[in-house]
Amino acid sequence: MERRDFLKHLCWVITSGGILGGLSADAWAKMLNKDYDTTKHYYGMGIDIDKCIGCGRCMQACKTENDVPAVPFYFRTWVERYVIRTDRTVSVNTINMESDELGDVLAEKDVLRSFFVPKLCNQCDHPPCVQVCPVGATFKTDDGVILVDSKRCIGCRYCIQACPYGARYLHPKTRVADKCTFCYHRLVRGLLPVCVEVCPKQARIFGDMKSIASPLGRFTRMNKIHVLKPSLNTDPKVYYANLDGEVN
Amino acid sequence: MKDFFKKLPEQAVRVVVVFLVLAVVVFVIRQFIIPPEMKEPALQRASSEEREAAKEIHYAGAQSCVQCHDKEPEIKKSGYHRDLACESCHGAAQKHVDNPTDVKPTSPKKRDYCAYCHKYNFSRPTGFPQINPDMHNPRKPCISCHNPHNPKPPTTPRSCNACHAQIERAKAASYHALITCTVCHTAPEKHKISPRTVIPTKPDKREFCGKCHDKASPRKGVPTVDMATHGEKYVCWQCHYPHTLGGI
Repeated sequence: MERRDFLKHLCWVITSGGILGGLSADAWAKMLNKDYDTTKHYYGMGIDIDKCIGCGRCMQACKTENDVPAVPFYFRTWVERYVIRTDRTVSVNTINMESDELGDVLAEKDVLRSFFVPKLCNQCDHPPCVQVCPVGATFKTDDGVILVDSKRCIGCRYCIQACPYGARYLHPKTRVADKCTFCYHRLVRGLLPVCVEVCPKQARIFGDMKSIASPLGRFTRMNKIHVLKPSLNTDPKVYYANLDGEVN
Repeated sequence: MKDFFKKLPEQAVRVVVVFLVLAVVVFVIRQFIIPPEMKEPALQRASSEEREAAKEIHYAGAQSCVQCHDKEPEIKKSGYHRDLACESCHGAAQKHVDNPTDVKPTSPKKRDYCAYCHKYNFSRPTGFPQINPDMHNPRKPCISCHNPHNPKPPTTPRSCNACHAQIERAKAASYHALITCTVCHTAPEKHKISPRTVIPTKPDKREFCGKCHDKASPRKGVPTVDMATHGEKYVCWQCHYPHTLGGI
């Protein structure tokens, strides 16, 4: 090959590569999700403490839907039972679906108040887990959901440590961090997250904060809203109504 | 030009060749072998979102159920279970939607499934219907009396203690044992059928208790107080619980 031809080809390869590379970022992203426009949504969840009956259907359904290991300990969503005794001591237990015994060892007259608190990833607007990830595997989508890229995650557990809500766990099979995704695969299909779908008391309300008419909009208008650990400035997108001051 | 190359020492040519080869290898690896989403964060996110979105769903959602089933949703519509999703009890049904004849969803028939929600637990919100499975027709399947699609008491209860047994037991040991419920409460007949919407009355005036307990009109053996000075702002039952022993 002539040197001139070689240089010509080289130039061509370099420029075409540059064009491809320049195209990719945006164009590819658009090509991947055709029907679903992430920029048109911003999701959040409302939880009414006064409605939760602690039946654990959400925990069970979440495990089925998201292939979470069945053993207790691994949860994407879980329900805590708060018991505040007359001597003002507080005990908190995650309810256990397998044993029907809820640990009722104390007499009812010693109980000042008691209630259930469903918990899940708060999908923070300023997520500490995203900040600490050393490889950028966890990120916030345009629709406000925090996802973990299971291919990129190296399983270092920084995010598990950083999450103030204990919402993450290391998946024992894949060995990468796993967490609630608001059932992202259901959202893009126009379905509700499965915990919201199966909740028998509508204690969980799901909606799009970009739409005033969404059930969540109504929920946040009609109730006095509190979020968990507001002092951390994480800006959670899980809104609690009728939350007791003892909950943290 | 050719003279220039000939003039170069052989070592220099080799070094140049080695560097050229290296440069080409790096270029090829970077441009063609490393997948684009590993280089570009936006692409990485898009592909991660895509993977998340492509996950299989297990719970089909209530909208899918009503497309084929019309009888049960029609019954359920007006009952207490109207807000329950089908899959709350019947479990994940996407496989059944895909293959209606071969895959059937589960149908819980045992007592312990209903107990997830309806077993008595003091942490549950007041007023949520709960029973003690050891006392309430033990071993009898719930569905033999209650239709789960329209659950209501199988027979209209004759006396108050059918539902309010706890109060009845407490009252039996109190000073008010011989006073029937209807002396203080007026229960509309409809309360027996829809206990939530039609609520019995409570004494709303101090004078009601004063009929027996006022100093001005004492009855034999009944403790009396001076109604004019004793706790003037309050209705009696705000401090004295009339059903319990001693009434305090």
